[in-house]
Amino acid sequence: MRLNYPSNVKIILVPCTGKVDVIHMLTAIQKGADGVYCVGCLEGACHYNQGNLRCRERVNHVRSLLQEVGLEPERVRMYNLSSGEGPTFAAYAKEMTENIQKLGPNPLKKKAGVA
Amino acid sequence: MKSGSNLEKVLTAGHFAFTGELGPPRGAHAEEVRKKAVFLKGRVDSVNITDNQTAMVRMASWAASLILIQEGLEPNYQMVCRDRNRLAMQADILGACALGIRNMLCLSGDHCQFGDHPTAKGVFDIDSMQLISTVKKMRDEGKFLSGADLDGKPQIFIGAASNPFADPFEWRVHRLAKKISAGVDFVQTQCIYNMAKFREFIRQANDMGLTEKAYILAGVTPMKSLGMAKYMKGKVPGMDVPDEIISRLQGVARDKQAEEGIKIALEQIAEFKEMKGVHGVHLMAIEWEHRVPEIAERAGMLPRPKV
Amino acid sequence: MIVAKRKPFDEIMQLVKGHKKVLVVGCGTCVAVCLAGGEKEVAVLATELDMGRKLANNPVELGSITLERQCDREYLAQLDGMVKDYDALISMACGVGIQFLAERFPDKPVFPAVDTCGLAVNQDVGWYEERCRSCGRCVLGLTGGICPVTMCAKGLYNGPCGGTNKGSCEINADQPCAWFNIYERLKAQGRLDCLLKVQPPQEWKDTTPRTLIQPGYTKPEKAKT
Ligand code: SF4
Ligand code: SF4
Repeated sequence: MRLNYPSNVKIILVPCTGKVDVIHMLTAIQKGADGVYCVGCLEGACHYNQGNLRCRERVNHVRSLLQEVGLEPERVRMYNLSSGEGPTFAAYAKEMTENIQKLGPNPLKKKAGVA
Repeated sequence: MKSGSNLEKVLTAGHFAFTGELGPPRGAHAEEVRKKAVFLKGRVDSVNITDNQTAMVRMASWAASLILIQEGLEPNYQMVCRDRNRLAMQADILGACALGIRNMLCLSGDHCQFGDHPTAKGVFDIDSMQLISTVKKMRDEGKFLSGADLDGKPQIFIGAASNPFADPFEWRVHRLAKKISAGVDFVQTQCIYNMAKFREFIRQANDMGLTEKAYILAGVTPMKSLGMAKYMKGKVPGMDVPDEIISRLQGVARDKQAEEGIKIALEQIAEFKEMKGVHGVHLMAIEWEHRVPEIAERAGMLPRPKV
Repeated sequence: MIVAKRKPFDEIMQLVKGHKKVLVVGCGTCVAVCLAGGEKEVAVLATELDMGRKLANNPVELGSITLERQCDREYLAQLDGMVKDYDALISMACGVGIQFLAERFPDKPVFPAVDTCGLAVNQDVGWYEERCRSCGRCVLGLTGGICPVTMCAKGLYNGPCGGTNKGSCEINADQPCAWFNIYERLKAQGRLDCLLKVQPPQEWKDTTPRTLIQPGYTKPEKAKT
């Protein structure tokens, strides 16, 4: 199945969303990403039991950190789907992109010294 | 006589004691204390003056006690462990005695979280049990808690509170025993609504000989309304309000609830008068001081004995 | 272990706002286990600070390092060569570590990034509960292994108070009454006699800074630095 999803999305594969740490998402934003989202398996269907639930909590944590720092928490999100739901994946990518477009570019990019 | 207080004299003469309660104002008006005192004068043997009750700042209990003395009433000076350390406590005990205060009630005090300064640091340097033994040591041995001699023993009739209803029930009477061994002369109980449980508590206290070692004053608070009864049942920790009380108040018209509440209190008082091991009643008519004359009259408590 | 909580970001920003080169120093022991000031938390704070200061048009040069322990001279020594490059230090260790760091580099401002909250057990990942206030005169032997100083809201030695409420403390229904639990445990062990005697007032040991020298050890003439 070939699916179109916005080309601005850069995919990083991890074995389980439980592997995604707060610092990974935060660093992405620090380095100038306009948004970060994690796509995990459906809740209750994690191969490692809790991985996607942990990830959701971390996403929430990152959102609160961004707020503290003065950035929009909406730049970071969590989505869930089951494997094989290609169209849903594409839909989420589109939704996230639109959402970020509304927010505009990461304000850090305008500041000096952002890689 | 340990203190020569009116309350002590009434009790040692074998009379059935009757004590009241007065909460100092949240401000500097001495008048507020005097106004409430009018209703209590001549109708009770001694008046408890609460100490930052429910952890709300109020006029100091020793100060309100002194105003009461000026008005010709006898205070029962309450002191909580929450707000002062052992130095301040002993200093206040000496000062209170020097100015004519003769009864004291030693309490732990409600936690600061309940009051208007919820983030205050609770002191609790010593607890109520240890405060009782401190006063006793000062009075009987003429020594400070540290063991150093003091000159001029404070003559204080030592009181404590007892809650017969808190869990575990079987421990309550032992806790009373502990307070008695620490040195209390009289005990005022938490407001009683569950009479069956109280009878059992007193029976245990009688069996252990405790009611011969200290005077027990049964706590009574008339219900002003059904709302108050429900609040006390659901919201006040350590309070035991049985369903009968609720249904009795429910059974009468709204404007008759206060009267029903007083009737319940009068029935209780009548029973306490006959109950072995109960030496008096402590009437806590919270913000209802003006009803005390009527309640005292109808309970057959007047005139108060002159001793 | 000692547990701590990360301070609010705004407070940390305020503390260091006048400094341009800041070293964030974590601790790999207690505060790392309780997820407040270990390597990961150091990285998060440094990233936050970097972003926050850029957004405030007041960029800061940051360094970060996590020591094995900040309450040990041996590990602090690692910093000796690098501190000169910074004009302030942020410590994510407990209050003890922060002070030892400040003591070692007395000419550098040292700022705490965590609030030290006590001695606690690990109930689950991220969930800690205080159990001891290090009073210096342990009474657990008389109280069925439940600390009245810490677990009773009033720190009573002769509890329970009149507010005990069907097993809960008067302060709220979710907080167990320590003295109710003490009673139940001693009863189950047949040791209620422990409670019959009036416990005398505590001789508080925490009113002055305490020093501990274990038997068999002596205080060196002058601590090596
Ligand atoms: S009594 Fe409590 S505070 Fe004191 S040492 Fe023991 S556990 Fe710690
Ligand atoms: S209710 Fe229990 S835990 Fe709470 S203050 Fe009273 S004795 Fe302590």
